[in-house]
Amino acid sequence: MQQQTEENKRKLIVRVCIGTGGLAAGGKEVIAAFKKAINDFCVDIDLDFTCHYQKVGCRGFCARDVLVDVVDGDKSVTYQGIKPDIAKRIVREHLIEGKPVTEWLIDDSYYAFHSKQHKILLKDCGTIDPEDIQAYINVGGYEGIKKILSGMTPDEVINEIKASGIRGRGGAGFPTGVKWDACRKAPGDRKYIVCNADEGDPGAFMDRSVIEGNPHSVIEGMMIAAYAIGSSLGYVYIRAEYPSAVERLKLAIAQAHEIGYLGNRVFGSDFSFDLRIKLGAGAFVCGEETALIASIEGERGMPRAKPPFPVHKGLWGMPTVINNVETLSNIPYIIRNGSAWYASIGTEKSRGTKVFALTGKVKNTGLIEVPMGIRLGEIIYDIGGGIIGNKQFKAVQLGGPSGGCIPHHLLDTPVTYEDIMQTGAIVGSGGMVVLDENDCMVNIAKFFLEFTQAESCGKCVPCRIGTKRLLEILDRFTKGLGKDGDIELLEKLCNDIKVTSLCGLGQTAPNPILSTLKYFREEYEAHIKEKRCPAKVCKDLLTYGILEEFCKGCGACLRACPAKAITGEKKKPHKLDSSICIKCGACFDVCKFKAVGRE
Amino acid sequence: MKNTLDEIVRQYREKEGNVIFLLQETQEALGYIPEEAIYYFAEELAIPPSRFYGVVTFYSQFHLKPRGKNIVSVCCGTACHVKGGSKIADRVQKDLDVAVDGETTKDGLFTFEVVRCIGACSIAPVVLINNKAFAEMTADETSKIIKKMKKEESDAATN
Ligand SMILES: Cc1cc2nc3c(=O)[nH]c(=O)nc-3n(C[C@H](O)[C@H](O)[C@H](O)COP(=O)(O)O)c2cc1C
Repeated sequence: MQQQTEENKRKLIVRVCIGTGGLAAGGKEVIAAFKKAINDFCVDIDLDFTCHYQKVGCRGFCARDVLVDVVDGDKSVTYQGIKPDIAKRIVREHLIEGKPVTEWLIDDSYYAFHSKQHKILLKDCGTIDPEDIQAYINVGGYEGIKKILSGMTPDEVINEIKASGIRGRGGAGFPTGVKWDACRKAPGDRKYIVCNADEGDPGAFMDRSVIEGNPHSVIEGMMIAAYAIGSSLGYVYIRAEYPSAVERLKLAIAQAHEIGYLGNRVFGSDFSFDLRIKLGAGAFVCGEETALIASIEGERGMPRAKPPFPVHKGLWGMPTVINNVETLSNIPYIIRNGSAWYASIGTEKSRGTKVFALTGKVKNTGLIEVPMGIRLGEIIYDIGGGIIGNKQFKAVQLGGPSGGCIPHHLLDTPVTYEDIMQTGAIVGSGGMVVLDENDCMVNIAKFFLEFTQAESCGKCVPCRIGTKRLLEILDRFTKGLGKDGDIELLEKLCNDIKVTSLCGLGQTAPNPILSTLKYFREEYEAHIKEKRCPAKVCKDLLTYGILEEFCKGCGACLRACPAKAITGEKKKPHKLDSSICIKCGACFDVCKFKAVGRE
Repeated sequence: MKNTLDEIVRQYREKEGNVIFLLQETQEALGYIPEEAIYYFAEELAIPPSRFYGVVTFYSQFHLKPRGKNIVSVCCGTACHVKGGSKIADRVQKDLDVAVDGETTKDGLFTFEVVRCIGACSIAPVVLINNKAFAEMTADETSKIIKKMKKEESDAATN
């Protein structure tokens, strides 16, 4: 047989997810295993293909990582849950013998996960190599900025953004076009565009994934914004906790410089633009725009009273637009495809798509992008595949420490800014944490108050002292020390803090309490009146004991107990000394015979 | 250390840096912010030391004490919390015999930290050991890894 030359061999692409989920599941090791397997086979057989490896950002379905695509011409096959040792089988059976390894192929849940999504930002996120600017250009990248530089005025750009109806994705939902317009009209020698990539909200990773998977869309969005408002310098304020996102962004900026997309006189026009990265130093409040400005200027990140708003008086006192990562990365797609296209997605007042980090007790956790107006229930049951272990759904938490919990009877609520606000939660930046029957709502409220209390910057009294008092009251509840009248006190304090705090942190900090009180009041009352935690989470309200009639004496609990509170001989019922027990629940978790009781 | 600090001051002047820049560079180079560094910068750049302390204590990223050789961070963001992150944190604390978040073991080998979300929520609960993320962890598995690391450290010490 004639040896094939390199050029006329089949060209296969093996695409491996190296988003955060993919990396933690071993994405890099999987790539290495593919390379090694192919090299090993090369020695014995003359392969009739060449293989190109492509690293891609988050594909969304992190629960099934590592996800691997094998692309052969126009045929593409996706594998899930791939470990390095499976790579060898895929190389032999699929790449060499042409038979896909069926047991590792994606299954129905993969299709269900994608069925109701509408991917704009995330479409490119999982298919292009984020470390190669050319990959972004090949899918139409930088066409948006080229289009406006070759014939749109800043006002036309702003009108286009206004017409699209896009609202800020950082949480508040302020119309982006209106913000740009105000900044454009504000007097100032210099203007700035700032990308807010602080993403401090616990339970959220949308912005991280967009930057890791499609960094150039953010850069292009910032360029378009800069052109519209009349700025030539932008900053990306990004958390230091996201090292791989920072690296990708640095690389993307360097590549854009190299081919002249950033710098002086971009594409031969009069427009010049440069971009700097500022690393956050770990403070949630720095996501608030005035605090963020102070932090970029190198100071303590404390918010100040508004007005003046940043569009009038922002960075170094100059007019500044601050936009969220997701907002900015939508911009190139809007300019490329037109405002009418964007406005046709979603509802009248909430247009376009929204990215959510779907996590917690759902089966299909991951990153999703849905059209605005989709119902919460569709997200949790159709995309999310329902609750793990077929437990009862209890609530879905939206908006993190500024948001609230939405109960079962409101699962028909459409995801729009107005409808979600009605429930007492907020759309927020995109954290969506699903809770089941085993979650205690008082514990959840306390969890968020611990967070806001720790992150309160201390500048204004209502937030600094108020959140502390709220936390103390909740802490009493979880320890069985609640009193009559505490709930009323809690409510009054919440309402006072909401109206008197200086910035959004304090103004929204009571929301997790108010929304759980609204829908789960009886759970609070059980803690206070009966000293009982119905979900069996609050340690101090529980006692553990071994049910002798079920205990087989296997010794699992005895070995698991870190406090040595369990004694007993093999094959005889064990005993638990509650005076030593630290209520960690280890025995409960390991017992296979339901012989550990928890009350 | 003086050379390092001089270099940071030089870059500060060149890049029109600020207090956060000085502190981030110092921590990057030395692993923490020694008191001498603050006074050195204060003197050299005529910035009151109080401004440095104000910034250092505001941001959780800065450390005024040296940190351990290995950093074990347990994520207690929302998704990790509801999937048992705090149980893991309790166990790590016990295994390392440290009392509070941010404490370093007496031998200087391990620092225990609780972090609020590293954005890996879909694979919760997550533990970061020396910046490598471990997905869907349990207290037992974390304990095993720490035991192994302790053994490696003591083997290395005796060799
Ligand atoms: C305490 C607090 C934290 C915030 N954190 C963030 C954040 O991490 N990311 C973000 O984009 N916006 C955050 N915001 C909202 C910003 O202040 C601002 O509204 C947003 O960045 C504007 O961008 P957008 O119009 O594109 O949404 C936060 C607000 C508050 C009050």
